[in-house]
Amino acid sequence: MSDEYNQQNTPLEAQSSETMSGSSGTPSKDIDYVRPAELPEQDLYHGHSFITKWVFCQDAKIIGIQYFLTAVFTGIVGLILSWLMRLQLGYPDLVPFITAEHYYQFVTMHGMIMVVYFLTALFLGGFGNYLIPLMVGARDMVFPYVNMVSFWMFFIAVCVLMASFFVPGGPTGAGWTLYPPQAILPGTPGSNMGITLMLISLSLFVIGFTMGGLNYIITILQARTRGMTLMRMPLTIWGIFTATALAMLAFPALLVSCIMMTLDKMLGTSFFMPAILQAGEVLSYGGGSPVLFQHLFWFFGHPEVYIVALPAFGIVSDLISVHARKNIFGYRMMVWAIVGIGALSFFVWAHHMYVSGMNPWFGFFFATTTLIIAVPTALKVYNWIITLFRANIRMNTVMLFCLGFIVTFVNGGITGIFLGNVAVDIPLSDTYFVIAHFHMVMGIAPLMVIMGAVYHWFPLVAGRMLSEKLGKWHFWFTFLGAYSIYFPMHYLGFIGVPRRYYEMYDSPYVTSATGMNEFITVAALIVGFSQLIFIYNIVTSLKIGKPAGKNPWKANSLEWLTPDVPPTHGNWGEKLPVVHRWPYDFNVPGAKEDYITQTTPPSEVINAEVEKT
Amino acid sequence: MHPGIIFLGVIVGSVLFHIYTPWWWTDIASNWGAMDDTINLTFWIGGGVFILVCLFMVYCILKFSYKEGRKVEYKPEDHKLEKILTIATTVGVIALLAPGLIVYNNYINTPKNALQVEVNAWQWGWQYRLPGEDGILGTAQVEKISDDNPFGINLDDPNGKDDILIQDDVLHLKTDRPVKILLRSLDVLHNYYVPQFRAKMDAIPGIISYYWFEPNKIGEYEVLCAEYCGVGHYAMRAKVIVESESNYKNWINEQETFSDLIAKQENDKLKTTLIAKNND
Repeated sequence: MSDEYNQQNTPLEAQSSETMSGSSGTPSKDIDYVRPAELPEQDLYHGHSFITKWVFCQDAKIIGIQYFLTAVFTGIVGLILSWLMRLQLGYPDLVPFITAEHYYQFVTMHGMIMVVYFLTALFLGGFGNYLIPLMVGARDMVFPYVNMVSFWMFFIAVCVLMASFFVPGGPTGAGWTLYPPQAILPGTPGSNMGITLMLISLSLFVIGFTMGGLNYIITILQARTRGMTLMRMPLTIWGIFTATALAMLAFPALLVSCIMMTLDKMLGTSFFMPAILQAGEVLSYGGGSPVLFQHLFWFFGHPEVYIVALPAFGIVSDLISVHARKNIFGYRMMVWAIVGIGALSFFVWAHHMYVSGMNPWFGFFFATTTLIIAVPTALKVYNWIITLFRANIRMNTVMLFCLGFIVTFVNGGITGIFLGNVAVDIPLSDTYFVIAHFHMVMGIAPLMVIMGAVYHWFPLVAGRMLSEKLGKWHFWFTFLGAYSIYFPMHYLGFIGVPRRYYEMYDSPYVTSATGMNEFITVAALIVGFSQLIFIYNIVTSLKIGKPAGKNPWKANSLEWLTPDVPPTHGNWGEKLPVVHRWPYDFNVPGAKEDYITQTTPPSEVINAEVEKT
Repeated sequence: MHPGIIFLGVIVGSVLFHIYTPWWWTDIASNWGAMDDTINLTFWIGGGVFILVCLFMVYCILKFSYKEGRKVEYKPEDHKLEKILTIATTVGVIALLAPGLIVYNNYINTPKNALQVEVNAWQWGWQYRLPGEDGILGTAQVEKISDDNPFGINLDDPNGKDDILIQDDVLHLKTDRPVKILLRSLDVLHNYYVPQFRAKMDAIPGIISYYWFEPNKIGEYEVLCAEYCGVGHYAMRAKVIVESESNYKNWINEQETFSDLIAKQENDKLKTTLIAKNND
């Protein structure tokens, strides 16, 4: 199918099918007509040496892989930190070097790494770079050089972050939310070099990410190929696009709060620091507001949740559709839900602050906006499961991960309704219920999508299939293990066990939690180790995996239709593809095959009763 | 085994876990039963949605597993169905939100007869201040804190003179009388949290925040700091004793007021000067 983007100019009378041309209002009898390109083709810089080809590379696909590998490396560090925390919680005193200081440092670094350096970088930097140009039919990102710099800024940010493990005092132990005043006062571990390096690293991350993000947005808006209208884009691209737009608006809030806190720390300004008494001495600060930091942080922090979730929503929609051999149900509603959720996510931030001591009247507003956001989110869930209805579902590893995503996401979404409703949040906030909620909804659920996406796109990236047998073992260990970590954890929150406690001692009402803590720790170790199956699968399949050939999943979207597999620099050989339809034409009545690729012109599937979409 | 069966097992297992769990709320000891009710309501509606969605998913994967040449429905959109789902979800969300907001409205409006208690938090400990006979707490500032004035009360403020100072982490409360907790922090964020009372709020340096509850069960309760406050966070515990009116009176009569403290200190100073003079 790959060569069929040669435009067919034979005029045909439109009879059975709707004209799919993107040019509304252009009277034409040619049913294959697609409006000509408006911009000339891009000139690409082709690397010649090893350094320009693989290190300082300007090919978005290589940059995507670089982002992916760096993010996975930080993710493994985050995973190991979580093991150490779990060991302390399940078996206190078992590991002598986990002191309270170290425990809080592990908590902080685990949180920050997983949210920012792992998930955000992986979805947008990794999948975004690899998939955007391929899926919209571009040769590369519009600014390849800036794209390269973006990755290397991220790399430096990771290096600075990792360096904080080795400075005197160690990394910061302020909690991933870095709330002042404690973050920069001596009562918190790593309050000297540790917090400073964290703030610098975050600032570098934001700067690097802005370069990448502008690239993603402009590429999606300007470099789509002929016929690829916005409403024909795969939902993956919609998810990444909206998430990037959110990031462009949310990350500045993080950047300014980092800069302001650095000034408070280094120069003694008082942006976030009121008058403080420490060890009998009144410090030289005065007049600042710790709550201001929380507003800035969560103005970034809540959209950040959707910066991770929206690409996951998009990707999972595409995976479900391809492997259920059915169009995604309610595509337009899915698009509007993504955009709507993205817009609403800027009006809900203070639901993280119901018990922060902000003006209590804010609670009414933010509880209402938060529960409003549940509506488009629920609609997306309905559309995923309706897509499965009367479909033809391949029960392969990719689909299993999608199903695992649906279960964990619905679970975590519903506990989100608990926490969003202000009166319910009051007893549950700052307990293990919160930990269980956000790990389920933005830890496990997006991870399910990432893993499913790796099984799905590995054949494209490597040209070989991953082992299905190992994949299924990997899925069941991960899904069942992770579910049994976080599902019972909600109940610790009901008891009232507070989060960020190094040790519970023998509080009368939490002794019953000891058994559960041990169980959770064992489950966490198993889930972590079972990722070795995944790594083994990837490493061996690179060499001995079954050759994938072209379009092994019989998918419709453009990334599978490149002349070479894996796609080479420039993606499309001599001619850019021309798009005639959306990417979800599976099992169209009247069509010979159960899929019609985006580049198939209407004249080739003249009997297919394609609905206008 | 078909994966659908395992997913079904996960759903059934979750429900059974919920029914037979030994882990549940600590017994409530305050007036905030309405919070528990709102949570139970959310549990029923939310849990119901979770079960329905997952069961529908399991049904689909059992029924529509891949078969070569299976007839697949081609229906990109269904406006009627989408409309029904939107309305049903909106109704469900309103049903959850409305009672929540009513409870919250009670939470932020303190009853007039509430007893005021100022909670002072620092790294890492607690102390308390109660208004004296005038029922008004004197104003206070972090900058004024010293060994002689542990709460930083403004000496010019007449309301502060009769304030009762409790330099200990055990707080006594009367049963069946609303309490307004006024939170002050001397250094970083803290949170005065008793799981049995359900209520909580952060203490912020520079601001006085508040919440209220009415303890209604006599007993001793552990206080936990619920906002991360540095390396001693997990050890920042205290105790609340809820007791009958008469026991409470006995306790409060033993406590020292700010003017007692000043008098004692002046007495001490006088003594020191006298001793110094004698030595001369």
